[in-house]
Amino acid sequence: MPHLEIPVENWAGKVQEVKLGGNGRKSVVVGGESTLPFLHFEGSIPNRPAIAVEVQDREPTDWPLQLLSAWGDVVKDPVSWARKAVEYGADIIVLRLRSAHPEQGNSGAKEAEQVVAEILSAIDIPLIILGTDVVEKDNEVLLAASEIARGQRVALGNCIDKNYRAIAASCLANGHVAVAKTPNDVNLAKQLNILLHEVGLPLNLVLHDPTTGSLGYGLEYTYSVIERLKIACLTGDEMTMTPIICTIGEESWRQKESRATEGIPPSWGAHEERAITWESLTAITLITAGSNVVVLRHPRTVELIKHVLEEGKRH
Amino acid sequence: MTGIEIYKCLPKTNCKKCGFPTCLAFAMKVAQKQVDISLCPELSEESRRIIEAASRPPIKLISIGKSKKIEIGNETVLFRHEKTFYHQPGLVVRIRDTQELDDVISLVKEISDYSVERVGLKLSLNGFALENESRNADDFSKLAEVVSSNTDLPVVLMSSEPTIMKSALDKTAQDRPLIYAADKDNWQEMTQLALNYQCPLTVFEPQGLSQLAELVELVSQKGVEDIILDPGIPCSFNSVDTLTQLRRMAIKSSYKSLGYPIITFPGNAASLIEEAMLAALHITKYAGIIVLNHFSPGTIYPLLTLRLNIYTDPQKPIQVTAGVYPINDPQETSPLAVTTDFSLTYFSIAGELQSSAFPCWLLVCDTGGLSVLTAWAAGKFTAARIAKTIKQFDIANNINHRSIIIPGYVAVIKGELEEELPGWKVMVGPREAMDIGNYLKQKWQVEASH
Repeated sequence: MPHLEIPVENWAGKVQEVKLGGNGRKSVVVGGESTLPFLHFEGSIPNRPAIAVEVQDREPTDWPLQLLSAWGDVVKDPVSWARKAVEYGADIIVLRLRSAHPEQGNSGAKEAEQVVAEILSAIDIPLIILGTDVVEKDNEVLLAASEIARGQRVALGNCIDKNYRAIAASCLANGHVAVAKTPNDVNLAKQLNILLHEVGLPLNLVLHDPTTGSLGYGLEYTYSVIERLKIACLTGDEMTMTPIICTIGEESWRQKESRATEGIPPSWGAHEERAITWESLTAITLITAGSNVVVLRHPRTVELIKHVLEEGKRH
Repeated sequence: MTGIEIYKCLPKTNCKKCGFPTCLAFAMKVAQKQVDISLCPELSEESRRIIEAASRPPIKLISIGKSKKIEIGNETVLFRHEKTFYHQPGLVVRIRDTQELDDVISLVKEISDYSVERVGLKLSLNGFALENESRNADDFSKLAEVVSSNTDLPVVLMSSEPTIMKSALDKTAQDRPLIYAADKDNWQEMTQLALNYQCPLTVFEPQGLSQLAELVELVSQKGVEDIILDPGIPCSFNSVDTLTQLRRMAIKSSYKSLGYPIITFPGNAASLIEEAMLAALHITKYAGIIVLNHFSPGTIYPLLTLRLNIYTDPQKPIQVTAGVYPINDPQETSPLAVTTDFSLTYFSIAGELQSSAFPCWLLVCDTGGLSVLTAWAAGKFTAARIAKTIKQFDIANNINHRSIIIPGYVAVIKGELEEELPGWKVMVGPREAMDIGNYLKQKWQVEASH
């Protein structure tokens, strides 16, 4: 019999382990792998990718009916919604402070503090808090959320080139993790990590969102940016070692394929099946590239991805 | 191979029939890839195989079928960003010889006709895998015959029984189906069938890659050149490890016996969407042929889209040419909207405008193939650039109004654009392409006229 030597990469680096929660709350650790996804023969993969479920602080106005009805009435109340997401198998809750957006309610620090405090006491899994992506507004609501969540090790985002100092300082002061976000580019991702490192935020307190493109809408860019970041990290580049988070639900459910129910060709198939497959394939493809946290929207997608990842842990 | 290594395989008679004075001179030219080894008429069969094997790409290009082919292999990298992936995996649907023939015919026609349009391309499925579930030769050859006469897509014939395989090959070998499969028990008979009928052969060996390589060597020593590998991976996401090992063996270790495309069977996964998820994994990680148990457009369309995404050449952003595009036969009174030259952006907005039935002008700016938000962030979709494009294509002389709709994502440039274009009204359109139809209905008549 021929003797086969399976080529094994002797990677020098590994992904940072980032811990969320703890201190009485259940904790979730992401990252820590010393090889590429699923390659158990080559290195250790101590933590499977985490499933985060998105909850908004007010009833979404731009979600398709099928997605809203999968959740039912809980979408009217962020606390019940978060509890329901835990029941459905979320490892982490992502709270999107939608109502703080200047054009979607313009609520302030007080409202943000209240909803964060209520959710933290209603659930025992870790929380990621995302703002409005309007810098001035986020400086108000995210920093307030950070204060009220002190000691709970939540993650705060998005931390971008325009607000990274404020977010990093608040994470350091209150013991939180920053969600750094850059627009689909390996060098920009690395550059923001360097900036965060320079202001004193250790990279085991950073998750990186390289900007998610959904299936059919730029997925291949995100896929290759993540693969390149992971390979750079494993090769030993310390400024690319932050675990990756992808906002899969948000991007998938924005697209026509997930929303349109009328006036579409029969070759697109049944709406619900297509929409859930759209989100599931986006998720699994970016997990294959190396995403460590996937933020999902539909309960059925959560169930499907969880099943796959639990099975993938056994080897 | 070096010239000397090639020379050792030649007859060394200096017969000059190749057109070169000596065998050594010929060998040197072959090594430099300036002439083909086939010019030597005296070359032994064994030497020819050795030389061809040494010069073939790390993963051999295999073609299945006759009129519409599945062509797979010839891949050169492990990651698409290193260069590109070349040959999209064939997606084929399993049909069993225990199914009613009438059902089979309608399914085969439906799948053969199925296509979905995306960014100006027609995406479709690639063939069928016919399974001999009945264990009966007549049923199997009948199925093969019926499918062959109802489609021009390629077929995989699945039976572990050589006599049954032969009955189907007797009927359809001219279509060049893929034989599935030679295993450790039947490989001699299956190899003989592949040689007799000139069809590609799958080698199935689930015990391990060494065992698989050994069986491939036995089969190729008998003269079979077109081989597909089935390492018998389980329906699990951990199958990436075996698929990665095979790809690395072929590309990094140049291990010829494993340098063939791979067939996978995600269809044994529990549910329809789980099958699609596993198929998605095999599209990104290294399958050549993917056999699905289900045909359901709701999962097929996403899978075809994924295959297109992953096999897009990352070195060439897909762009459309900058310019002004008429949609639905516009007049000089029709609305003018502006977008970027990223093909996906263009096709999304153009598609929506078309289906809105609203006549309009779509102005495409040169941003180097970036989407709206990315182009804006990179400073390539600015007020100055848009104003320049309007002048470049002489828009003002083709329309009788002075209103322009910009994408909602770049609402911030409204003011600057109004400064760049004195006398123009800048309207902020929706963020998403799919909302443009409603936007035009509600806003165009009302706002543009003021």
